[in-house]
Amino acid sequence: MGRYILRRLMWTVVVVIIVTLITFVIFYVLPSGDPALRFAGKEPTAQVLAQVRTDLGLNHSVAVQYLLYLKRLVLGDRYGWPGLGFSYSSGAAIAPQLWQRAQITIQLVLGAAVLWMVIGIPVGVFSALRPRSRFDRASLFVGLVFISTPVFWLGLLMLWLFSSTLGWLQGTGYVAFTTDPVQWAAHMLMPWITLSLAFAAIYARMVRSNMLDTLGEDYIRTARAKGLPERRIVTRHALRASLVPIVTLLAVDIATLVGGTVIVETVFNLQGLGSWVLNGALNQDLPVTLAVTLVATIAVSLLSLVADILYAYMDPRVRPE
Amino acid sequence: MSAPLLEIDDLTVHFPSAAGPVRAVDGLSLSLARGQTLGVVGESGSGKTVTFLAAMRLLERSRPEIHGRILLDGVDVLTLPAREMREVRGPRIGMIFQDPLSALHPLLRVGDQIAETVRAHRDVGRRDARAQSVAALAQVGIPNADERARQYPHQLSGGMRQRVMIAMALILEPDLLIADEPTTALDTTVEAQILDIIDDLRTRLGIGVVLVSHSLATVADVADTVAVMYAGRVVERGRCEAVFAHPSHPYTWGLLDTVPALGAERSRLVPIPGSPPSLIDPPPGCRFAPRCAYRFDACTRHLPELVERGGGHADACVLPVPGRGARRHRLAPSGEEAAP
Repeated sequence: MGRYILRRLMWTVVVVIIVTLITFVIFYVLPSGDPALRFAGKEPTAQVLAQVRTDLGLNHSVAVQYLLYLKRLVLGDRYGWPGLGFSYSSGAAIAPQLWQRAQITIQLVLGAAVLWMVIGIPVGVFSALRPRSRFDRASLFVGLVFISTPVFWLGLLMLWLFSSTLGWLQGTGYVAFTTDPVQWAAHMLMPWITLSLAFAAIYARMVRSNMLDTLGEDYIRTARAKGLPERRIVTRHALRASLVPIVTLLAVDIATLVGGTVIVETVFNLQGLGSWVLNGALNQDLPVTLAVTLVATIAVSLLSLVADILYAYMDPRVRPE
Repeated sequence: MSAPLLEIDDLTVHFPSAAGPVRAVDGLSLSLARGQTLGVVGESGSGKTVTFLAAMRLLERSRPEIHGRILLDGVDVLTLPAREMREVRGPRIGMIFQDPLSALHPLLRVGDQIAETVRAHRDVGRRDARAQSVAALAQVGIPNADERARQYPHQLSGGMRQRVMIAMALILEPDLLIADEPTTALDTTVEAQILDIIDDLRTRLGIGVVLVSHSLATVADVADTVAVMYAGRVVERGRCEAVFAHPSHPYTWGLLDTVPALGAERSRLVPIPGSPPSLIDPPPGCRFAPRCAYRFDACTRHLPELVERGGGHADACVLPVPGRGARRHRLAPSGEEAAP
């Protein structure tokens, strides 16, 4: 097991190198103009432009820039370790901001994940227990609505309804949990719901179809044949087997959202990774783009490792002997 | 003879389908005395499994239409409320299935699967239930039962898995064990062991056993009585020796011809031509008539009922009895010398 984890972690390093390289290539291949021009002010002289280029490290060839980036990443830079450089647009060090924004995004994503599991699993189970029932059909319909509703519209609708009209919940922005737990929850609730509804619908359908398959298995018939109470058959025998594939899916979804909650973060004005990487990409701010890409890549790698370990924990058949 | 342990009386099980009801079981009657083994034999789709799943009320998800009575010690299980039915499954009837790998939960330790059966019906602690399940595993001949109990189904061999199923089915000391093709998925050598274990436990615990099989050879050694099923009906039943010595239904002849006989002169195995009839729209008259080499016009006119021919031997065939005397049987009954 230890060797396996080690091997997977080494693969993560390889993936990080590949992904950052691709990000670099895309950044320089796309016809977006010279980043130095952008930050050199209006009508810069050639001298100023050269100065900006040197400051931003753009005076080297792309290959050298990339190698320098990797070198600083491993050895650290003047802002400490890991060396992520500074933002072209703000000039501030990347690392502290990255950490702060990652915290917000992780809270958003994990909270939403808990919510969509709490909604999705029971809805899926009850749909599977009474397929084609009124509840099953209703949940399918509501689910389709959530899946097809654009997230930004859903977010704005919630803001209008619960914040502007009813005044039940705080509007936008972020309050740290350590500052005021109640305010924290009041600010996070709407982003959580907005982010989770579509996922809840997808997970409900997934749990439903897994449950239906499992309930048709021979071992469920065995459980009935030995006179187990129906509740135990559903929870311990059927649900357990149905959730195994969901775990893998959950890990990948959470990891994907770490770098991809742009819309919800923008609508609710949460200063997370998603809104940051969007700005980074739009403003040709390479270090920002790279930093978020890096975090997202590591998140995907690590969480899929966690998923595989959990999978082995839940299913003895895939455990190494 | 006392009242039968299991008595099935004019059972019909029809499944709804788009093309009309599927008559999986159509007017079936059977009985089994305590301490005896009933062999139920027939091709796939003859209704063997459906009959006994109906007895366990395990068909309800397919919404079948069930008529008739299934009496366990005189009580009709078909009319029991769900709560009481749950106390029949396990404590009164134990059931084992064809493929023990798919019948055991892949994610739970086999010992836990047995222990939860105990705890679902008896007020015993975790540790007690565990000790009981280890003892049950030892009873069906599993070596290192304590260690095996901690393993998962995929870590056991096919024969071991079926032993686990038997241990699980019998741990609550039911009166009846229904074994639905328990050896079909196993090697021949393991098959003999499993049948021995079942027969041994029947003698020791004094339970009734229903042994469902598609092969007459499987039931020949252990069954006291045999029922041959075809297209949802019993076509012949009687004491095992009698059915093997004087099979009286042409379908039974056909089944016997598909069994290779040791010692006899080398001859070709004779398959039964054709395939079982549609259960949605069965042929008029005897269901076997279209495949029967001996049919005449009376066969297709009305559905023959089981007729007692003496000594508990009955068949559902309109062929005149003397005409069947000429039949040479090939598989000798071995009830006497088969005891291990």
